[in-house]
Parts: sequence; structure tokens; C-alpha cells
Amino acid sequence: MIFPSCKEVSHLVSQGLDRELGVGERMRLRLHLAICNGCTNFKRQMEFLRKAMLRLGSE
Amino acid sequence: MEDFRSRVEAERAYLLRYASLQLRDRHAAEDAVQETLLAALAGESGFAGRSNLRTWLTGILKHKIVDAVRRASRDGVAPDPGDEADLDALLYDRRGHWAEPPAAWPDPDASLEQAQFFAVLELCLERLPAKTAQAFMMREHLGFETADICKELGVTPTHCWVLLYRARAALRECLQTNWFQK
Repeated sequence: MIFPSCKEVSHLVSQGLDRELGVGERMRLRLHLAICNGCTNFKRQMEFLRKAMLRLGSE
Repeated sequence: MEDFRSRVEAERAYLLRYASLQLRDRHAAEDAVQETLLAALAGESGFAGRSNLRTWLTGILKHKIVDAVRRASRDGVAPDPGDEADLDALLYDRRGHWAEPPAAWPDPDASLEQAQFFAVLELCLERLPAKTAQAFMMREHLGFETADICKELGVTPTHCWVLLYRARAALRECLQTNWFQK
């Protein structure tokens, strides 16, 4: 699908933290994030969560 | 020696909470902590010169937790009840748009300086189903590669990604409700 849904994009955002995304996946992600605030916020929050988890137990 | 022993013993409650968060099994958590305390007392010289006892003990405990996860996965961890359709149905409408688009979190990094934030994060982690939480803690806290998590938990890579996605999405919801919206 050329225009992925927010659901697909949020799954891809998550997988991007666990594996290397393909060229096509990265392009669909970028196109969608450019026009979607909800998914952009979701992506930032996933990155924040990763940072918080590394600090857990050492705060 | 007596002093070191009581200082190590004083960290037991903290270590138990830390282990319980990841193992979800009271007995397994107690065993891991007990092994850690014994290893610490036997290896006091390893601590010499380090400043933070808790950090040193947590480092030992992490290894014991990994061992416990391996043992448990050999015995077979029961899959979590429910399936991803439940969570996705909550988050998205039928066309896959957000039911409620995530709003920006104002200055999230400031939260990282607050002990209260980590208390909320721990509560949110406790609410995750056991296997989901285990996969997530292995990935984000113990630093496993995804392929190793799949192997240890005995699931396919695709299922592994789904578990991690579910954990992240559920934690986001929980933090949104209980921290960033307060």
C-alpha cells in the first residue's frame, strides 16, 4: 500500500526500534509522518520511552 | 565484613521489587535476589572501589534474571491471554486511523529527573501481561537483540515484534493517562 494507515505506521515505528526497516518501509513511513501529527507524536514518545527504560533502576 | 553484609542486606527489598517487575514470579524473583546477595557477599572484593552498592548489585541481579528467563522459557512460558486485535481495536478505527491521535507530551525529558515518574512507569509495567512485559524488559532494559528474545521466549520474530509493539503502545496509553495528563 502506498498510503499506509496510522495503524500500520505505528507498527512500523515500533519495528524500526527492533530491526532495520526496508527502503520501501522507510519511504512510506517518512511520507506518512510528514503529514500526520498523531504518528509523529507517537514516534517521539516511543523514543522517549526507550530513554526512560534505560534509566529505570538507576535513577 | 559485618558492615558490608548489612549494607547488602539493606538492598534486598529494592532488588526484589526490581526482579519481580521482570520475572512476574515471586519465587523466581526471590531466588534470583538470593543468588545475587550470595554472589555479592562472596565477591566483596569485586565491589572495592566502586561508589554505588545498589548499581553494583543490580548489575549482578541482571545476569541472574537473564538466567531465570532462560530456565523459564525452557519450561515454556504460557502465552498471554487475549490477542492484539483487542488493543488495536481500542487504538484505531476500522480504517486504521487513530481513535484518539496521540497529543504531544510537553517537555518529557523533565520527567526523567523525577522519581515520581519512574514510580508511575513501574506501575504501568506491572499492568502489562507477563510475556509482553518480559519481551519488553529484555529488549529495552536488559539490552537483548530481538533475535535473542525470540529464541529465549520461543516465539517467531513476527510475534516478537507484535509483543514489543503491544508493550510500547500500552505503556504509552498508561503514561498518557497517569502522568502526562494529570
